[in-house]
Amino acid sequence: MSAVRLYVWQRLTAVLMVPLIAVHLIVIIYATNRGLSAAEILGRTQGSVAWGLFYSLFVAAASIHGAIGVRGVAREWLGWRETALNRLMWIFGVVLLVLGLRAVFAVVVP
Amino acid sequence: MSHPHNTSYRGDRLWLAAMVHRVSGVLLAAFLPLHFLVLGLAIEGEGQLDGFLQWTKTPLVKFAETGLVLLLAIHLLGGIRVLVIENMPWRDGQKRMATLAAAAAVCIAGVFLVALL
Repeated sequence: MSAVRLYVWQRLTAVLMVPLIAVHLIVIIYATNRGLSAAEILGRTQGSVAWGLFYSLFVAAASIHGAIGVRGVAREWLGWRETALNRLMWIFGVVLLVLGLRAVFAVVVP
Repeated sequence: MSHPHNTSYRGDRLWLAAMVHRVSGVLLAAFLPLHFLVLGLAIEGEGQLDGFLQWTKTPLVKFAETGLVLLLAIHLLGGIRVLVIENMPWRDGQKRMATLAAAAAVCIAGVFLVALL
């Protein structure tokens, strides 16, 4: 993928995640204040289409953003070659996406 | 022939802001798989997830969690800073803005810590 494409994906996912992270931080503080427990988390998420969509979108954006970000750091700080960089990006991105969607499934599907 | 690089920007407040943004991003990327794996415990039932959450009640983990909230808040605010610099007309006071972003992130982590204790 070209550098410009990577840049655009990186920034688009960043913009998308600004409101998502703001909501996430509010939920973190709210849930912690109520005493974090499995019942507290699952009571909010299980069977909720809205939270399912919210977290699925969040996972997708974070996977793309994180994968491109890690690629950039490996390029600038570790001096990796293109092939290795792309391999790292795709493997990390797909692992994040799979684990993330699995987590969403775990807390949303009853 | 290598050229001597001017590295006098190192240690500058905006260089530090870029560094904090990068390091917080790497740490969040490292944390995310663990975060997802823990939530995935719910597949095996509420008890599995609760078992893990009991472990998070220890002071050391609470301290680490506060650090994670700080990382997320500071990466968010630092990211907004980057987006503003890249997409909006330049404005003075960048150093002050970076300091304010850092202070705001510490405040968010502070609110989390109060909710936690």
